[in-house]
Amino acid sequence: MSRLFTVEPLGEDALLLRFGSAIDATINQHVHACAALLRRERPAWLLDVVPAFATLAVCVDLDAMSDVADPLGAVRGWLATRDFDAIADGHLPAVGSHQIRVRYGGDYGPDLDAVAAHAGLSPEQVVQRHASAEYRVGMLGFAAGFPYLIGMDASIAMPRRATPRIEVHAGSVGIAGAQTGIYPRSGPGGWQIIGRTDALLFDAARTPVTLLEPGDLVRFVDASRSAGPNA
Amino acid sequence: MSVLVISPGLLSSVQDDGRQAWRHLGVGRSGALDAYSYSIANRLVGNATGLAAIEITLTGPRLHFEHAARVAICGAQIDADVDGLAIPCWRRVDLPAGSVLQLGACRLGARAYLAIAGGLDCEPLLGSRSTDLRAAFGGVAGRPLSAGDRLVVADGFRPDCSEPVIDARWVDPAPDLDLARPAIVHLLPGHDAITDDHALFATAWKVSAASNRQGLRLQGPGLTIADPQERISEPVMPGTLQLPADGQPILLLADAQTHGGYPRIAHAIRADLPRLAQLRPGDALRFVRCDAALAERKRIEQRQRLVRMSIALG
Repeated sequence: MSRLFTVEPLGEDALLLRFGSAIDATINQHVHACAALLRRERPAWLLDVVPAFATLAVCVDLDAMSDVADPLGAVRGWLATRDFDAIADGHLPAVGSHQIRVRYGGDYGPDLDAVAAHAGLSPEQVVQRHASAEYRVGMLGFAAGFPYLIGMDASIAMPRRATPRIEVHAGSVGIAGAQTGIYPRSGPGGWQIIGRTDALLFDAARTPVTLLEPGDLVRFVDASRSAGPNA
Repeated sequence: MSVLVISPGLLSSVQDDGRQAWRHLGVGRSGALDAYSYSIANRLVGNATGLAAIEITLTGPRLHFEHAARVAICGAQIDADVDGLAIPCWRRVDLPAGSVLQLGACRLGARAYLAIAGGLDCEPLLGSRSTDLRAAFGGVAGRPLSAGDRLVVADGFRPDCSEPVIDARWVDPAPDLDLARPAIVHLLPGHDAITDDHALFATAWKVSAASNRQGLRLQGPGLTIADPQERISEPVMPGTLQLPADGQPILLLADAQTHGGYPRIAHAIRADLPRLAQLRPGDALRFVRCDAALAERKRIEQRQRLVRMSIALG
């Protein structure tokens, strides 16, 4: 087996590989590298590999293993024969890299001032810190194409709003604790909204359907600044 | 050919066997909540596995068939008639062109499936025609059916009849789906221990009115998690039994989100998901312990009964 993770069942037709129990950049990188390895190997019974911050679900097509007495046991056995430990030694897969233009503050980011007050910074400093970090897509979840981004400057972290908004605009960029993320479509939400992007995060009729994949790298660009003084 | 929706019923949507391979992008399974009844309805009309049908919730739609069609209704025991003639469930029925099929109230169970020979022809997205109601795509514009929708039916068997013809043969869905008996749900162990296992298995849990395709919210004595520390989000699946801080468990169904931060105290087995889909607000269910070997046996037995049914229906 691997020294990177332990294996536990996730119901009848999935296994959960556990790399840790905290949001940590290195642990999450191992999750994505391991997911990439499984996707490359693509055994016939593999339906999906679902990354989370510190865990990875391996979804098994039981119908593809109808001649196997103990399908999840067989998958455990298969996992034990793979060389996952090389992942920890720096063999990381290439990932997508994205720049996302954001208009910060005002109607686009109604909570920017609250985040600034919470941090004891000016709104400009919050924007500068948010737009200068490099983020990793820790996972896509909550809603189709919703990226949970790891790597935010801890000084601008802030808990979710006590009362969630009934309607958050599609493309809204928010902060929840030490994470930042983007709402793919309009709907209720409790994150502190600091800006908005025109980027389309999810479109079921487009290929690929999501702008971002789990494990990708993201930078935010302050669109109000780069568009020049007349923007 | 096409079917005109005169009135949509409480919540009717296009569903098939769902999306299995997209959870890594945050896209859930969707698909028929009671995959067993859905599957039999398709077999009754001679459809290949996985063709799209209409899922009906508690109260059904009124539909105008512009052409002749072979249909079957399975799942909940639902009032159905064609121009005044009562239509039984679990049977093949041939309808002449111009028929108005009125689906009424579900008498037992919560979800009925209307399959039409040929299957509903809407655009497949991510390999499925299912409506993803949470992400608002698939089926008819990603939403429930509404009055005035015209559903296109792909090429399939077209009966030549001037009045409805009800086939003499019918399917008995028991023991996989026996709505007259109390719901007993088999649970596999989850990741997180609770302090009082006895309460989970001794309680007749009541289904709350806040339940939907995403999950059944259960009401009973408050359960307590053994290790109450905050958890980070981890993958969850249809069948996962979550325990929020209020101690009232949520059993996730086909529209389950892909990740969740609540403790996972158990997982319902796949063979029991059809029965869970048929629970109505106020219904009771009980849990019994299960292990992987029993889950596997029940899943295989259910699949074999479906295969035998297909052969018998020819």
